[in-house]
Parts: sequence; C-alpha cells; structure tokens
Amino acid sequence: MTDQAQLLPGTLDLLILKAVSLGPLHGYGVLLRIGQISGKALLIEQGALYPALFRLVRQGLLKANWGTSDNNRRAKFYELTATGRKRLREETEDWNRLAAAMGTALGAQPEEV
Amino acid sequence: MKFFGYLHFVATKIFNRAQIAEEMDEELLSHIQHRADDLERSGLTRQEAERRARIDFGGQERFKEESYEALGGTFLDTLIQDVRYSLRGLRKSPGFTTAAVLTLALGIGANAVVFGVLNALILRPLNVPHAATLWGLQRGAQQAINHSYPDYLDLRDRNRSFEALAAYNVTSVGLDRGNQPSASWILETTGNYFDALGIQPYLGRFFHTSDEHGPNSAPYIVLTYAFWHSHFQDDRAVVGRVVQVNKHPFTILGVAPPEFRGTILFVFPDFWVPLVNQEQVEGSYFLNERGNRDLLMVLGHLKPGVTPAQAVSDLNSIGQYLEKTYPKDDGHMTFTLARPGLAGDWLGGPLSGFLTGLMLLATLILLAACANLGSLFAARAADRSREVALRLALGSSRTRLLRTLFTEAVLISLIGGAVGLSGSVALLRALSVWQPLPTAPLTIPVNADANVYLVALLLALASGFLFGAVPVRQILRTNPYEVVKLGSSGRVGRRITVRDLLLVVQISVCAVLVTASLVAVRGLVRSLHSNFGFEPKNATLVETALNMAGYSGDQVPAMQKRMIDALQTVPGVESVGVVDRLPLYYGANESNLFTDNTTDLRPSNAAATAMLYTVSPGYFEAAQTTLLMGRMLTWHDDKNSPRVALINREFANRIFGSVANALGRYYKMPDGSRIQVVGIVEDGKYASLAEAPQVAMFLPIVQSPSSQSGIVVRSHRDQQQLAADIRNKMRDLDGGLPFDIRTWSQELESALFPSRMATLALGVLGMMGAVLSITGIFGMAAYSVSKRLRELGIRLALGAPRTEVLQAALGRAVKLLAIGSAVGLLFGILASRVLAFIVYQATPRDPLVLAGVVLAMSLLGLLATWVPARRALSLDPLILLREE
Repeated sequence: MTDQAQLLPGTLDLLILKAVSLGPLHGYGVLLRIGQISGKALLIEQGALYPALFRLVRQGLLKANWGTSDNNRRAKFYELTATGRKRLREETEDWNRLAAAMGTALGAQPEEV
Repeated sequence: MKFFGYLHFVATKIFNRAQIAEEMDEELLSHIQHRADDLERSGLTRQEAERRARIDFGGQERFKEESYEALGGTFLDTLIQDVRYSLRGLRKSPGFTTAAVLTLALGIGANAVVFGVLNALILRPLNVPHAATLWGLQRGAQQAINHSYPDYLDLRDRNRSFEALAAYNVTSVGLDRGNQPSASWILETTGNYFDALGIQPYLGRFFHTSDEHGPNSAPYIVLTYAFWHSHFQDDRAVVGRVVQVNKHPFTILGVAPPEFRGTILFVFPDFWVPLVNQEQVEGSYFLNERGNRDLLMVLGHLKPGVTPAQAVSDLNSIGQYLEKTYPKDDGHMTFTLARPGLAGDWLGGPLSGFLTGLMLLATLILLAACANLGSLFAARAADRSREVALRLALGSSRTRLLRTLFTEAVLISLIGGAVGLSGSVALLRALSVWQPLPTAPLTIPVNADANVYLVALLLALASGFLFGAVPVRQILRTNPYEVVKLGSSGRVGRRITVRDLLLVVQISVCAVLVTASLVAVRGLVRSLHSNFGFEPKNATLVETALNMAGYSGDQVPAMQKRMIDALQTVPGVESVGVVDRLPLYYGANESNLFTDNTTDLRPSNAAATAMLYTVSPGYFEAAQTTLLMGRMLTWHDDKNSPRVALINREFANRIFGSVANALGRYYKMPDGSRIQVVGIVEDGKYASLAEAPQVAMFLPIVQSPSSQSGIVVRSHRDQQQLAADIRNKMRDLDGGLPFDIRTWSQELESALFPSRMATLALGVLGMMGAVLSITGIFGMAAYSVSKRLRELGIRLALGAPRTEVLQAALGRAVKLLAIGSAVGLLFGILASRVLAFIVYQATPRDPLVLAGVVLAMSLLGLLATWVPARRALSLDPLILLREE
C-alpha cells in the first residue's frame, strides 16, 4: 500500500480514457483495469473516480449505457467516443513528451552541464 | 443550436433531479456491490465484505455532490439554490426585507414615473409615420412658433428641403349637431395637412389641397376617433352628415385613425377643419395679412437626405428674400427647426430642462436609496460575520459566498423594482386620463411603454449590484479564525469607512432635494401672492366667442354692450367688463408699436412689442386694475371719435420716460394709425407669472372689435347662485350662444398649473429624500450604538457623564449629518437655477429657504438619532456585562 504513488493532478482523466479504450467497463471495472495496467502502482481513491467519469461524459469523451456485469449485477458501462479516442491519442503524446523531458532533466549529471 | 442543447440539458437536469440522483445512487451502490463480491471471494463474510467495501469507497455524499457538479449546468442550479436560500433568509428578517423593498420601490418608482413623463413628452415623437424627419418651424431669435399665412405660402412654395409644409392653428368653435350647441377645441389646418403627415383615414376621406378654392370654399370637417366615439357613438353613417359649425353648415368627411390625435401633444382636438374657412370658423379672415403672425404653426417632413442644417439655410435664404420683398411686414426672418408637438422650444425647452432636472433628482433619490441599502447590507454582513466565518471554515468558497450575497441584493432590488414599477404605471395611467384644467383640452398623455419597463428593470438590476457590492470587501477580508476567536464585537474603527462616505452622500442628496422642494414651494407661495394687475377674488368669468353664434362686424360690439348691460342688472353685481383675451390665459395677442415720429413702420423700427388687449368700458373696474393717471374708457370712445388707449406703467416708463409724461401723448400702431394715451394703469402679469415686466396696451373694444369675449363680473354674492342668474340672463339674450362660467381663481389654475406641478413633483421628491435620510441616519446611529453597547455600558458603569456617552455614541452620526447637509445645500443652490425656468422667482438665496433647509436637516437628524440616543442612555451596565 505504501509504495503506491499519488496521482499527479489531471492524470486521472487520462488513465480512465486509457482504461476504457481497452474495452467498455463499468466504474469498478475501470478501477480494476487501472490497477491491472499500472501494476497496482497507482493509488486512486475509489469514490473520486465518479466525478471524473461524469465530467468525461459531459465533455463527450465517454458515453455510458446500463448493462449487466459478469457478476450478473446491473452496472453502467462506459466506452470511448470518437472524440475520446482522439483526445486519448493527443494526451498520450503530450504525456510522453513531458515524461521524456522530465526524465532527461532529472537525469542530468554535473559533468553534462 | 448548442445553446438550446445546453438549455435542454439544464432543464432536464432541473426537472429530472430526482431521477438523476437515483441513477447516481444505483451506480455507486453497484460499485460497492462489485467490490464486496471481490472481497467475499477472498474469504470475508458478506456482511463484513460490504462494510469494508463502503469504507474503501470513501465519503459517498461528498463524491455524489462532486459528481453532480461534474454534470455541468450548475449555474442555474446554484442560482435556484441561492434564491431559495435568500428567500429563506429574507423571510426570517421581515423588518429588514420590508424596509429594503420599500426603499427601493420608492427609488425605482420615482424614476419610472419621471422617466415615463420624459419619455412620453420629450423622447417619444408624435404618433405619425416617419416621425424622425418631422420638424416644426421657428422664427427669429425669440423662436416664435407662429407664422402668417402669406409667409407660410412663400415658405411652402419656395423651399427645396421639405416634402411638404403644412400649417395649423388651435381654436375653439361652437358645434351644433342638431341639439344644444357646445364648444369644441379644433385644429384649423391647410388642405395638405393629412397628406403631408402621411395619415390615412379610419373612415370616409380627408380633405386635400384640391378641396381649397378660396375663402369658405371647403366646409368640411374630419373627426378624431375619440370624438366620433364619444359624440357620434361610432356611427359609421356619420360620413356625409351636415352639422353646424358656428351656425355654418359643414359636411363630415371622415374619421381619423385612433392613434392620431393632432400635432400638439397637450391638446386633443375634437375635429379638423380646413383653414380656408377661417372666416366662418374664427369670425374673421386674416389669411391675406402678411404681418399677422400670431396665426399658424408650420411643420413638415424633410426630404430624404436633407439634414436639418441644410433645411435651415434653405429657409433662411427664403427669409432674406421675404425681408427684401416685404420690408413693411417682414422683420428679421431667420429660422430654426424644433421638434413639433410641444409648441417648439417655447414650451419644449423649459419642459425638457425641467424634466431632465427632475430625472437627475430622481436618480439621486435612487442613489440615496442604494447608499442606504448598501449600509444596511454592510451592517447585516457584519452581524453575520460569524456565519460567514463558519461557512468559510467549513470549506465554502468566497466566490460562492459573494454569489449568495449578490443573489440576495438583486432579489431585493427586483422585488422592490416590481413594486415600484406597478405603482408608477398606475400613477402614469391616472395622469394620462387626468384633465387638469376643466376648461381647456389639456391632457398629459404619458402611458408607460416598453421603454419605461426596460429602464425600471435596468435600474433595479444596477441598484441591486450597486448596493450588493458594498459589503464585498468586508467578506473578502473575513478571516474565519479571527472572527471565531474574537466574537462579533470586533474593534470600532476610527478611520473613515465606506459606510460613512455613503451616509454623507446620502444626506447631501437629501439636502439637495429638500432645498429644491423648499425653493419651489416658496416660489409658488410668492406667485400666489404676487400682484397680477387684477384681482381674481370675487370675480366670475363668462367666456364665449360671439362668432360661434354667427355674430360678425358691428353686431359684435353691440352684442357685447347688450351682454354687459344685461349682466349689470343681475342683483349684487358691482361691475361688468369685457376683455378679448384674459391675461395669464394661453395665447395673448401682441403688436409692435412705434413712436409718434416714426414714419417708416417696418418691424425693425418698432419701439417695443406690446401685449394687446381690447377691453370694454368697465373692464378695469371689474378686474380691479388700478388707474394711476388719466381716465377710464367710455362707450363714447367709438368709431366716430379719435383712437385712444390705456397703457400700463411699463409702457409709459419705457416709451415716454415716466407716467406723468405719457398722458395725452401719441404712439403709432403697425397700420399707421395714431393713438392717444388717455390713461395709465398699473403693471400686471400677462403671458406668464414668471415674466419680467411687459409693455401692455388696452384698446377700446368698439374701435377694435373682437368676438372673443371674456366677461368679468365682480360681485360679493355666492358664486353658485350668481352663476345661475348669469346663465339665465345669457340664455335670454341668445339661446344659441355657447359659453362657460367659472371663477377667475379657477381660471388662474391654468397659469399656475406648471408651477403647481413643479412644486408637487419636487415636494414629493423632497419628502422621499427626507424619509431616506431619516432611515439612513437612524440605521447608522442605531447600528453604531448596538455595536458599542458593551463599551458604552462599561463607560456608564465607570461613571462617565451622560453627555460624554451620548457624544461617544452619536457624535459621528451628527458630524456626518452636518457635513452632508452643508454639501447638499451647496449643490441645492446650484441645482435651483434649473427651477427658475418654471417656478416663479425661484431663488435659493432666499434666507427663509436657507434657514428652512438647515432647520429641516437638523430636525431630521434629531428625529433619526432620538431612538438610538435613548437606547444608549438607558443602558444597564450590569445586564450588559452579564450577557457576554
């Protein structure tokens, strides 16, 4: 539990988009998927997921439909819209650029300066 | 599209709130169940699993709230919440709410009324098509609105700027529809009048230029819709009917549309007749006299693309031609344009000046109301500082707090605005149907229109934000920790606060209003007691025009003598006399006059322009005008004797140097006739109460006949009985002659009407100002006492003298009152110059007015600080100290 990293602000949305891009998921499913794809390295407060989900739906990046889960329970399933897919691509690129830049910056050695 | 989508969404959200909440609950529950399923699989009991799942999920309610906000469209949602919250808060403090709403209702109501009048009389054009290009003609530096018919013809035919120029004149006639004749106010117009204005008939047809073939060639009348409705019962068969106008047969051609009520805003005529029939209508024909200028008002539409300035230079070049061609009749002929409808700038100028001034005062009232409410709000916010601090501590954002605050302010202002507006609409409606003078067709058509509603709404919103903004700083600076620690008492600031400034502004505004209304009241009182040059008390007037019953030529003075003789036999009558037009009644006659040795009688050589009255023997006795020197007129001053006149003191002083010097001397009229001065009478008021001394002459009625007859009957008898006797006598003389009987005092109402209205308006505004300053000072004083109750209590307990405590409690309020009053008095003196247009001898430098203002303001202050002062003195320190 203690090795889990806090999320940077704004990254939850990106993670949700990524998780959902791999196939329609209900809310709890999104949480499991993020845990699965991040190797359980990221800490997400469970309830905090929902305001983010609603916000993404409002922005038209996700759409939601009620369905039945594997556990045979009613659940609301989220999937990416076309805009959502495009946004995911853009934000992933941005993130990669940022991460690369941060990595380079933080990896700098005294002799390189 | 997007916007409507949003609206739809918001609407769905508001109306399906329950459904959305239910769905959200279901989703969150589903999450917890799934989690519990997993936990159960790992070996926990179902119960334990569900408990753990709920704990893992975190604060359900908080996430639900956040999710709800994430849905978007919360602006309206929050607004509704805030409105609900504010309403709840306002309902909890009904005193505050009532005071605030009433204050605003007064402020906005006053503005709506004044703006309604301004809008209807000044801003809104005449109700004709393309009113923007319609202009009236004014002549000369004195901006005379009347022109002679030959001049009009030249202007009409020679100008290149107007589509058409039409002319009209207001007069009264006797109308006989087959029963008793009654007097009607009408417009005499040129044949092209309706065509030039672009009006289409409601029924039948109008008369046109093609109907005019010389004097008395067009005996036609066109009815106004209102007159047709009230006197002809909407009878569509009325077209073609023949009625008697001044005993001459006239044919009804048609009816004008309801929205067109003539071209003078104040006068609603009964019908229109062609000007070429002037002789039948007025009893005499002046249309061929170029020098007779007291005749026609001229108006017309500018051609497309012609600017008013171009039109003026066009008219002025015609004026130069006229000056050259008719040097004997036409003096300095320059022209200006004015909006038609208010008799040009003559009435329009002072009226718009006065109304603008009034509007300014009304805005000040609203400003004072806002200042008042601002400090009320600030006090309320200060009292609620604990609540504010608590909300801030619990995580409410300052933006949200301010939003709530403004919602409350705007809510109050909207409610106040609605109350004020409904009151003022009712008032305007009453004004519109009111006929202030029973004898004249005077109306004040000022119904509220969309502009008035819009202005009221804007004012309400603006004032809401204005006074709502006062406590903003206070809230932004609230430090929850400090407030909770210290309690609400805080420290009493020694520096000048916004609220102090507001109070000074408010008091000075009120002082301006009080000054203005006192100046107006003084002016009115003075004008009531000024010397008119006649005595209206115990004088009864019989007004008629002999041409209404068909009298003309020498029959007129003969009939006038018969009337005088008959009325003299009525018991109790002391004297009787006739004058053609009563002084201080609308439309006095004027004439140029020349010194006896002037030979070139062109207008520019005139020695003076004099008010011209024709009077019968006995008039001065009946009017009680004092004869200073010489003799009165007699019936022997007739056509066979030399022409004579009485003049007033101003005439004597200006032309002959002194009263003594004038007696027996001669002067000349524009037609060249020499007139001998046989008597000098005192000065009087002729055209208006506010006028400077005017030159006036009185010609004998037999030498210059006029069928207009104002008979003055002086008697100390009871008015009612006297009127009945007079009526019988008049009926015996000629049953077909319409006439009006009333007292001279009633008649004077019309002369006093403008200053009465001005005084009333200013008085009402002054009262409002006074009420506002009382509440303002009271609020401030009461608040500062309540804030410092503890401190004052301790001072009292430690043995401070009462005067010192009083000073501590109220010194500030009194100081602010003094500063505010002084500033206001200064501005009031400046503002009163505007009043001088309307109110007789309105001078703010009157010591009585100054003393009155100072007294009024100190009384107001005393009144407003009385209650808080008593509270401060009656403190029981023991109770006070125990309380906190």
